[in-house]
Amino acid sequence: MTTAQSMFSAKLVVPAIGDAFRKLSPRQLVKNPVLFTTAVVAALLTVLVVVGEDPLPLGFQLQLIVWLWLTVLFGTFAEALAEGRGRAQAASLRAAKSELVATLPDGRTVAASALARGDSVVVAAGELIPADGEVIAGVASVNEAAITGESAPVIREAGGDRSAVTAGTRVISDSITVRVTQEPGKGFLDRMIALVEGAERQKTPNEIALTILLVGLTIIFLIAVSTIPSFASYAGGKIPVAILAALLVTLIPTTIAALLSAIGIAGMDRLVRFNVLAKSGRAVEAAGDVDVLLLDKTGTITIGDRQAGDFIAVSGVTVNALAAAAMLASLGDETPEGRSIVVLAREKFGVAAQELPDGAQVIPFTAQTRLSGVQGDFGLVQKGAVDALLRANPEAANGKDAFELRRISEEIARSGQTPLGVSRDGRLLGVIALRDVIKTGVRERFAELRRTGIRTVMITGDNPLTAASIAAEAGVDDFLAEATPEDKLALIRREQQGGKLVAMCGDGTNDAPALAQADVGVAMNTGTQAAREAGNMVDLDSDPTKLIEIIGLGKQLLMTRGALTTFSVSNDVAKYFAIIPAMFVVLYPGLGVLNVMRLASPQSAILSAIIFNALIIPALVPLALKGVTYKPMGAGALLARNLAVYGLGGLIAPFVGIKLIDLAVTGLHLA
Amino acid sequence: MTIQGWTLILVFTVLVFAMAKPFGMWLFALYEGRRTPLHRLLGPVERGFYTLAGIDPDAEQSWRRYALHMLVFQLVLVVFTYTVLRLQGVLPMNPRALPGIGADGAINTAISFVTNTNWQWYSGEVALSNFSQMFGLVIHNFLSAATGIAVAFALFRGFARREVASVGNFWADCTRVTLYLLLPVSVVYALFLIASGVPQTLAASVEVTTLEGIKQTIALGPVASQEAIKMFGTNGGGFFNANSAHPFENPTALTNFVEMLSIFALGAGLTWCFGKAVGNTRQGWAILAAMMVLFVAGASVAYWQEAAGNPILHQLGAAGGNMEGKEVRFGIAASALFSVVTTAASCGAVNAMHDSFTALGGMIPLFNMQIGEVVVGGVGAGIYGFLLFALLAVFVAGLMVGRTPEYVGKKIEAREVKLAVLAIAMLPLCILGLTAVSAVMPEGLAGPLNKGPHGFSEILYAFSSGTGNNGSAFAGLSAGTPFYNALLAVAMWLGRFFVIVPVLAIAGSLAAKKHTPETAGSFPTTGPLWIGLLIAIILVVGGLTFLPGLALGPIADHLAMVSGQQF
Repeated sequence: MTTAQSMFSAKLVVPAIGDAFRKLSPRQLVKNPVLFTTAVVAALLTVLVVVGEDPLPLGFQLQLIVWLWLTVLFGTFAEALAEGRGRAQAASLRAAKSELVATLPDGRTVAASALARGDSVVVAAGELIPADGEVIAGVASVNEAAITGESAPVIREAGGDRSAVTAGTRVISDSITVRVTQEPGKGFLDRMIALVEGAERQKTPNEIALTILLVGLTIIFLIAVSTIPSFASYAGGKIPVAILAALLVTLIPTTIAALLSAIGIAGMDRLVRFNVLAKSGRAVEAAGDVDVLLLDKTGTITIGDRQAGDFIAVSGVTVNALAAAAMLASLGDETPEGRSIVVLAREKFGVAAQELPDGAQVIPFTAQTRLSGVQGDFGLVQKGAVDALLRANPEAANGKDAFELRRISEEIARSGQTPLGVSRDGRLLGVIALRDVIKTGVRERFAELRRTGIRTVMITGDNPLTAASIAAEAGVDDFLAEATPEDKLALIRREQQGGKLVAMCGDGTNDAPALAQADVGVAMNTGTQAAREAGNMVDLDSDPTKLIEIIGLGKQLLMTRGALTTFSVSNDVAKYFAIIPAMFVVLYPGLGVLNVMRLASPQSAILSAIIFNALIIPALVPLALKGVTYKPMGAGALLARNLAVYGLGGLIAPFVGIKLIDLAVTGLHLA
Repeated sequence: MTIQGWTLILVFTVLVFAMAKPFGMWLFALYEGRRTPLHRLLGPVERGFYTLAGIDPDAEQSWRRYALHMLVFQLVLVVFTYTVLRLQGVLPMNPRALPGIGADGAINTAISFVTNTNWQWYSGEVALSNFSQMFGLVIHNFLSAATGIAVAFALFRGFARREVASVGNFWADCTRVTLYLLLPVSVVYALFLIASGVPQTLAASVEVTTLEGIKQTIALGPVASQEAIKMFGTNGGGFFNANSAHPFENPTALTNFVEMLSIFALGAGLTWCFGKAVGNTRQGWAILAAMMVLFVAGASVAYWQEAAGNPILHQLGAAGGNMEGKEVRFGIAASALFSVVTTAASCGAVNAMHDSFTALGGMIPLFNMQIGEVVVGGVGAGIYGFLLFALLAVFVAGLMVGRTPEYVGKKIEAREVKLAVLAIAMLPLCILGLTAVSAVMPEGLAGPLNKGPHGFSEILYAFSSGTGNNGSAFAGLSAGTPFYNALLAVAMWLGRFFVIVPVLAIAGSLAAKKHTPETAGSFPTTGPLWIGLLIAIILVVGGLTFLPGLALGPIADHLAMVSGQQF
């Protein structure tokens, strides 16, 4: 999935050339009105040269016609190349799909394509899951590498938030019963194939608007060019059709029109390479427009596990005694939290390293007791939530130590940390402060987002005190504490009422309404089927941090379109200065002064302009496919930069390009 | 070129900026339907109109309804004026017993005045009775101006309102603008003109014996009242054929300066009003700044070219600037400035003959009209035309900040782009299309007085003027023929209402949208970058469309002049 392919490898280019010709069929071409116009003009000239109407030299006319057809072909080639890159990715997916068979509960075997929604299938170890669905019985480890590229297997089990399975993934151990939740041909795998191939591609709202603008410009320039013969006849002259055709084609926005769909396909493709699957192009565009980002604290802002930060003993107990007890209690605790307690006790408080004493019995953490500990010759050490610890030691629960323990733990909570009580043989010793560890670099990321005008909101189940402290440390703009799924939904609705676009990610079934309400809802692939259905994107790596990058990709897609449109429109100035003097100099020789590029002859000027107009398309294909560079910054700075590069650049580049081509054309005696 | 000339342009520019806020505040009060000090006096009149016509001024209209009522109103006005002109011979207040006007001329004039164009194929003092002037024509000077402002108000509401289906009430907008703004200002303005020597009388012309002993007829009439609204409402239709070059329309240097300022007063005020309406006056100032950069550039070129004069005449010993067709009273700077002002706005009043300008000096007025008269522009029409280009600029460049394009809090999407392009495409279609027809038809070729590229410029100018609803003429064209009357009527009608209806549709579409709050990531639509971008889009889209025509007209004309070629 993520293997990078060289943009112009022969494997991609050769089939794209074939496709470029196939895309010349009028039914395909008419979807791109500007290229269609160009093709009509090229066809018209081809007919005229056969009829032999035009007074221009035949060689010149033939060259014009060739370049006009090349302009169209470069456009269809750009689209074909972008599609080809997606198709190469789709090939492996399709291979996975073709061999799918399903075993029904009664033991019969049918082709996966014969399954309907609601059917149940049994999948045993070593078999491929035949359809998207939900585990209704059993638990199994599943290798999802075919979809995610990640080879470590994941657990899928009935009930809960890990019940969704995807067609084409392989069950490694055990056996599960799966209820099919998708109609055949509409599953995840099918959608993915369609997406990367660009087959199901529909124009996005911005693309439609841009196409309308391009059609409008084409009409305006069509009016401007088609009135010239009459103007010329007033001046007592006649302009050859071939020259009018050349002027029209250079003026209409062929560059952006040729690259528009390639930009869209490539944008989607970048997302897929990034292991994110968008269900529509609209979602990708919406990502660029996002104003508010809802981020789950755990896993996005903080690393998932808390770490021991401090020991605070009750009065009458030394910190070292507390540290030693805490270490002892954690020796059997292999969670990152437990290990961090051992490390803290040893490194900060000088407790000698020790092994779990022989014969000691580890009391594991359970959801009921919410305690863990170690029991042995030395007695009993316990650690756990303060209220659970007090409940487990009722004789100490009303004493002075208990009162102090509560006070300390409240203070710790207020500072944004989680208190964990420690007791030894029924005596309360003190509290371990566990703190959330903010991921490195997130503070800078949030500052970046703020500069681009995006507000970040941290979502957490923590109490408001803890949440506020973490929010301040991480530098998010706002937080939602003790958040329930309903709170999330309400927050999204509130932001949307104010005209904001909201992005979030989630995985649980109870996240589904919020995912559906959000403008950009990224579901984790490890999440439930409900969540994956509700979101408009699925992150195959299940990494909530990627939301930030997704927004960057959305912006990049829009920027690439804008940049190439601006470039294309600014190009017209130079083309006018090439063709207008060449065209009118026969009517009024004085107009030769407009030939500011000092092009050798009227014919070489026209030929150079049309060659530039054609060659700029393949020259810009790499930019269209890669996208323009996006660095997070304020809109003003971004606009200034892009206007300088693509606006001013678009103004100047063709003056240089046309002049150089003119030198070559003249040198080679082409005109 | 003189220091005085440049000072004139500079002082004028500064005063335009100074006028924007006071006129803008007044307009904003009317936009909001607020009470003004004048309500005490005129409030009953306003309510009386509503009662008489059975209109509820608070009934909000959808854009379709607003457009429909506006269009029906315009059609009724066309029919009315057409009838008045045709029946002129039998109607009262016709001391010179002038006959009725022919069908093609009457329809051309009716459309011309209803569309705020005031293109005049006839000489007012020779062809029209006082009744025709006062009732058939002057009412349009008010109503066409009020209509333009009403449409602009509807568009402002589209930007300012959130998720509603309505854009205001056409009748209320039209009545309030006329009653509380156009009429009172015109009364004061007319009194100033009368004090400066402009006649205001219902008497017939007077016969005098000149110093040479020849009998001369001096036409008189209610000139001051027409002159005031002709300028303030950017109408431009003169009482006399010579328009503001006539000493009875524009007697002194002071009236000349005030007339120029009054052409820009409402256009500049509307930019401020727009900013206020969308909640950020800097938005309005940015628009006015972009307009004024284009204006000063145009005025400078025109003045420079006119002051440089004609090298062919220089060789013949006639040194100095180009004074042909100019009033000695005003001189080169004030004439060049007036020509740029009147065409930047869709006024069309002239104090010099544009046909006699140098080729490039005359190209500036021509180009001003071709880009849709969006440089300050006609009352209402200037700002809504300009906002169409702003939408285009936002759309082309807005994507470059990585968001769906937005302008003053509204997302610009397929529908707005479609409508804006439709309205903008109307300009080349009418200007270039009808010029192309005239340049090959024998009826069309009979029009121009001059040969060569200058004759072509005359045709191009007529259709640019008609489509842009300007009304000024390159006088060389004999346009009073059925051919030109008909074609120009088409140009004027399409140029007005095929822009207004899409504009109202945009207003309706925007009003229904949510408001997107501005963030650091929003496309910046204030500040120098935006102003530069607006100018670039207007020059590239507006300019490139007309470059072939300009190359064969004024540019070829200029190059021929420089090289001494004559036609």
